Amino acid sequence: MSVNDYTRLGAAQIASSVRAGEASPADMIGASFKRAAEIGAGPDELNIFLHSDEKASIEEAEQMRPRIQNATDLGVLAGVPVAIKDNIASLGLPTTCGSKVLRGYVSPFEATAIARLRANGAIIVAKTNMDEFAMGSSTENSAFGPTRNPLDVRRVPGGSSGGSAAAVAAGITPIALGSETGGSVRQPAAFCGVVGVKPTYGRVSRYGLVAFASSLDQIGVLGRTVDDAALALETIAGFDAMDSTSSDADVPIYRLASLGKPAPEARNPDAQAMRIGRSPIPPPPLPGPTTLEGVVIGRPKEYFPESLDPDIRHRCDRALDRLRSMGATVRDISLPRSPLAIPVYYILAPAEASSNLARFDGVRYGLRVDPGKGLKAMYEATRSEGFGPEVTRRILLGTYVLSAGYYDAYYKKAQAVRTLIADDFRAVFASGVHAIFTPTTPTTAFPIGAISDPYEMYLNDIFTVTANLAGVPAMSVPIGRIRRLPVGGQIITAHFDEYAMFRVAYALEAGLGAEAHQ
Amino acid sequence: MPVTRQDVLHISELARLGVEGARADELTKELTAILSHMEVLSQVDTATVPTTAELGAGGTPLRPDVGVPPLMSGTLGSIAPAMRDGFFIVPRLASHEDSGESGA
Repeated sequence: MSVNDYTRLGAAQIASSVRAGEASPADMIGASFKRAAEIGAGPDELNIFLHSDEKASIEEAEQMRPRIQNATDLGVLAGVPVAIKDNIASLGLPTTCGSKVLRGYVSPFEATAIARLRANGAIIVAKTNMDEFAMGSSTENSAFGPTRNPLDVRRVPGGSSGGSAAAVAAGITPIALGSETGGSVRQPAAFCGVVGVKPTYGRVSRYGLVAFASSLDQIGVLGRTVDDAALALETIAGFDAMDSTSSDADVPIYRLASLGKPAPEARNPDAQAMRIGRSPIPPPPLPGPTTLEGVVIGRPKEYFPESLDPDIRHRCDRALDRLRSMGATVRDISLPRSPLAIPVYYILAPAEASSNLARFDGVRYGLRVDPGKGLKAMYEATRSEGFGPEVTRRILLGTYVLSAGYYDAYYKKAQAVRTLIADDFRAVFASGVHAIFTPTTPTTAFPIGAISDPYEMYLNDIFTVTANLAGVPAMSVPIGRIRRLPVGGQIITAHFDEYAMFRVAYALEAGLGAEAHQ
Repeated sequence: MPVTRQDVLHISELARLGVEGARADELTKELTAILSHMEVLSQVDTATVPTTAELGAGGTPLRPDVGVPPLMSGTLGSIAPAMRDGFFIVPRLASHEDSGESGA
């Protein structure tokens, strides 16, 4: 594979090429910036990048030269350009969360997820646009203007990780990091026709992820293919002492899920070739009629209401047919409390946000607006000027549901219903279902400016938010297009069973083939 | 239950957001509309349901009770709006804020 094919190369192919000495990391970084310029990633066009420094990224790539010459292991992401959502703390580039309150802020520390990417040879090329503090479903809430969908520039890329999804969809980077609180990786992945993964709560360190709603937030990955996403997730997953909610559960080699076997059987000699060393990383094998033998897929009726867009229903039915053709059994199931998820989420997430965002007060970092009338006036001037309308709305909503007289009726009630929603998932997985399949979103990407009612915008999360409330892993995979706009199918599995999720996703991607983008 | 303008001004004060004027009226309508969708939760019987305590299988692992210092590549002074002798400088906590007194 030549660097001339850059926009068609997966992360594993880029790393293999660099490790074999066929291309240099600087070639790959140069190709990434060339593509960004061609597609118009800057603020005047698609507005995908908030911050980038081509010279610094090329220098970082050049610094890998001695490692290559000395034949030391370069990592599974050697020379792979990566884009990072702008709410993940990075050294060298600003971290603004798409907000005026953090304009120009450069973190003095780096997120664990980014450090792990760099340790495995990846090179950061840009921080990407996002809804302010990850509050939104369209990337229209950025203080720095909306990002445009590379597949149709009149439409949104989804959100809040819209810049990261657009970077991958535009061929600028094969993988990107985003963050999830209620669907902010999966929804833009669906709108942009790429793969998006929200891992189990606790699977990936939140250290360095600017907090929105701490009981829901997770760093996630976006990839051009399932393989890109698997490689990225296995690189950043695992215990981290810097995050008190980090899990010490083992991290399997997710790429082995492409072999179509359950996790215990997957521990074979292929693992070494697929994980480390200088040998080429083999592509995933093609699926067959027994690839998903023994796998039970649940189809929850609450996610296929009569009001569901018939074209989206058709793409989902086609995807389920492909899974059946590879040996899976599809079973009708029920997650009866899922319709309550949006009200629960939009009580709990704002409540947590109202506490987490109290830190942006002009004292220790970020914007300070001092009208010269004392400390309280400085707090109010800083926050009212620094926060945009949606962030203000959610802080007020959260403050209201936590205030005296309303706490029990709203916050405590929502916490109890959250337990019931999580119980529904536990019951389904305990009944022998290995994975749940649903549409990722109720619609395809909508035009910029089309939705002005806040609650109507919140309904974009209707199929994704339950996985965040339950803490289970979920991912979106392209399953077709409607009038040239991508449709995503969602796969949800039990806590820490990302392996099964990737097994189904690899099979679905291969089973659909070109239909995934038609 | 409708949110009142007084509620909005009160929570704005609690959240140090300084909302006032026509924006307070807009937010009163918006919050009332959003919270009307939350009323459905009151119909769910949760008398015996515990609030969510943990999310994953097995919960959060125990760890040594020691702090882990962050790996800082810069100083706090490089990101603080105002700092002196290791302390953040803030305006005076004025008891008569409309007097025009300014701190620091």
